[in-house]
Amino acid sequence: MIPFGHALAFAGALFVLGLTCVLLHRQILMILIGVEIMLNGASLVFVAASAYWRQVDGQVFAILLMAVTAAEVAVALAMVVYLWRRKRTLVADEFNGMHG
Amino acid sequence: MTTALFYILGFTMLAATLLCITRRNPVHAVIYLVAGLFALALMFYLLGAPLVAAWQVIVYAGAIMVLFLFIIMMLGLAPQEVPEGPGWQRWGPLVLLSSSIMICTVLLILQDPLAGKQIGDFYLAPQILGEALFSRYALAVEIVSFQLLFATIGAYMLGRPLPKGEDQ
Repeated sequence: MIPFGHALAFAGALFVLGLTCVLLHRQILMILIGVEIMLNGASLVFVAASAYWRQVDGQVFAILLMAVTAAEVAVALAMVVYLWRRKRTLVADEFNGMHG
Repeated sequence: MTTALFYILGFTMLAATLLCITRRNPVHAVIYLVAGLFALALMFYLLGAPLVAAWQVIVYAGAIMVLFLFIIMMLGLAPQEVPEGPGWQRWGPLVLLSSSIMICTVLLILQDPLAGKQIGDFYLAPQILGEALFSRYALAVEIVSFQLLFATIGAYMLGRPLPKGEDQ
């Protein structure tokens, strides 16, 4: 028997750690990793809620979330390679101009 | 037994994630993140989601993290340290924000507004999940597949060779 509140607390702590990673790092790859951690916290909430209410829906959404994350990572990593080719750096502060 | 396993896995996951976000070397960070994702996959299994757990290992820890490692190694980021981190002035808002959210989480655990709400024994056979996925949620599956297609096209567009003169 697992307390539902504690499963939610683990998910919340995971989300906060991901947010901290996004705010802490200035390298684009580490920011992406922080986004990944936050998405994992969200999917833990989905699966725990699915087990609590004994419904299939939460797990379906966890799987859809995984597919969405795969799409996001594909585009984001292509963008990382693009930015690296443009400026030879991945520090987010360097990309502050909007000239086409 | 299940409860003890759940707490062990949960704290393993949080420790691995904490180690991940404090690394300077991106390769180390990704390896720690993979450890955290494995712990999370086992938590999914404990919560009665064997198919989600398997896909977590295959898609997340397998494909996505290897993609990260591939990019890090292709760009040669591994030996290079990140430029020196933000100073204490820049850490201030970050520490304030994260610690306030974290303290709220701990207080919620201690106060326990969901007292006595236990997750009972639950196991969802992959067959039932697949049937739901392709009957009730068929439209969502179609939309997600479109999104994957768009992501492929977007990644291709971003990966084209740059026009001459724009590449440094």
